Amino acid sequence: MNASTAAPAPGPTLAAPLPVAKKRGSRLRNTSLITGLAIIGLLVAFCVIYPILSPWNPTEPDFTQPTFAAPSLAHPLGTDNFGRDTLTRLAWGGRVDLVVAFAATAVTLVVGSLLGLVAGYRGGWIDSVLMRFVDFTVTMPYLVLVIAVVAVLGPSQWNIVYAIWIVGWVAYARIVRGETLIARNLEYVEAARVAGMSDGRIMLRQILPNVASTAIVFAMADMVLNILVASSLSFLGLGVQPPNPEWGLMVAEARDFFLRDWRLMTWPGIAVLIAGAGFGLIGDGLAQALRPKG
Amino acid sequence: MAAYVLRRIVHMIPVLLFISIFVFLLVRLVPGDPAAIMLGPRATPENIARMHAELRLDDPLWVQYGSFLGNLLRGDLGDSIRKREPVTDVLLTRVPPTIFLVLYAAVLSVFISVPLATWAATHRGRWADQLVRGFTIVSLAMPAYWIGMMLLQIFAVKWRVFPVSGWGEGFAGHLHALFLPALSLALAISSILVRGLRSSLIETMDADHVRTARAKGLPNGRVFGWHVLRNSALSTVTILGVNLAFLVGGTTIIETIFSVPGIGQLIVRSIFDRDYPVIMGVTLVFGVLVLVINLLTDLSYAVLDPRVSLS
Repeated sequence: MNASTAAPAPGPTLAAPLPVAKKRGSRLRNTSLITGLAIIGLLVAFCVIYPILSPWNPTEPDFTQPTFAAPSLAHPLGTDNFGRDTLTRLAWGGRVDLVVAFAATAVTLVVGSLLGLVAGYRGGWIDSVLMRFVDFTVTMPYLVLVIAVVAVLGPSQWNIVYAIWIVGWVAYARIVRGETLIARNLEYVEAARVAGMSDGRIMLRQILPNVASTAIVFAMADMVLNILVASSLSFLGLGVQPPNPEWGLMVAEARDFFLRDWRLMTWPGIAVLIAGAGFGLIGDGLAQALRPKG
Repeated sequence: MAAYVLRRIVHMIPVLLFISIFVFLLVRLVPGDPAAIMLGPRATPENIARMHAELRLDDPLWVQYGSFLGNLLRGDLGDSIRKREPVTDVLLTRVPPTIFLVLYAAVLSVFISVPLATWAATHRGRWADQLVRGFTIVSLAMPAYWIGMMLLQIFAVKWRVFPVSGWGEGFAGHLHALFLPALSLALAISSILVRGLRSSLIETMDADHVRTARAKGLPNGRVFGWHVLRNSALSTVTILGVNLAFLVGGTTIIETIFSVPGIGQLIVRSIFDRDYPVIMGVTLVFGVLVLVINLLTDLSYAVLDPRVSLS
């Protein structure tokens, strides 16, 4: 990161392509990024396609099927206490968790980055207010904040998303603000200012492309966190409600049957693990690609 | 030292005010009469009217906040709707298990992370390093509720090595009863700790004074134990401090799974009871808890590193 911003600043038009060129070169050998993308690609494909292909209903109890069945051809991961197909429920549940995490992360990434950009570039009262928010969210545990907001909004899948919107943007604003404070005094920004560019244009066209990569790398770690938060809240009963399938909820529902069938609790945990590891690897890979020396 | 502590406490005030504003607005932003919301569906109209007057709901928002803050400074957080006793009393019995659990988890995470980070740093780029890196990716993505649940089912329900609930009697009892919850929390945070500690160790291993120690012929173990590890103790404390809020937040899930009578379990229960005064109180205490432990972390720097002066 520092390597690309500290490089002798070319004219404003050349500011952006430099890091991109470096990124392409090292991406070829970037196993973390490739593995991560492959995992998430397969997972998304599975969650989109499998519910369409599967003959089983994810919510209705099916007493024509054996309960707690071992994995078989008809039920690749077996069935639960209501005779429902576990793999089908995992796919439907994955749709919920991935959509919640994506909706939560995408909005906080965009809103937080823009606010951080303005605060870092303009300073003044916007910056002071932002820093108070930063002090606050550093002190308050993220999970407690989300739980407190969901407590008032009521338990539901979308209320988790809204709760994360309310508290999640600050982390991005903090990161982008810090990067903007450095970039603001670099020569390419100075050059753009001298050339008579408006502040808005300088922020969006000059600074943002140079500071966005840090925020995007963080967004991948945030996806992991938000998948964990979303499934944790459903696990606690504060998110998706039965009989709808969701990974955290499936772990909670399997608790009474663990000694009878340990697999029921194992599968959804592995699903969260795969999703999290996938985004974690993408984040690692991106960090490596965007910071050639690191 | 005293002056430093005092200054730090003064610096906490704006953050504490912000937390109190968040907690204050929490219930007031819901559509409907906050008095009716806070008293729950079975409240009588008289009770609601009394609460309405008590909260000064007809006054402008800043007057309401002023009276909220005044009560807060007197330690009055209202009454729990379910337990019908002051929220402050409920909180006082609930805070010690959570503090014990958080500190216990922090200690366990050090015992997990230091050997792993050392192993990775001394085998940089080799398979041991890759293995530890794999562990950090997996443990970062591993849901704490899943690990907690598995540990509970296997060690407490099936093998009965640990109790399934509570936090035990006496110090040894706490250590025994809270082992599984603390381990679940420690595993959740250890990936962050291992990563940070590994790079800090590598940085120290490349430092001049370590090269000097090697050059004068000290055995490897002594160089590592005396010169590298001791220097990295500080960064371990720093990383723990930075991620403290994350660790404390995890108690909500872990305490619920293991029925630990702390504030994490309390906030989750209170949501189902719609016990808003308690939810507000616990949220506040979580913030104060992190602030206080953070202060203690900073003070421990002085003990670990004689170069740090606190003025």
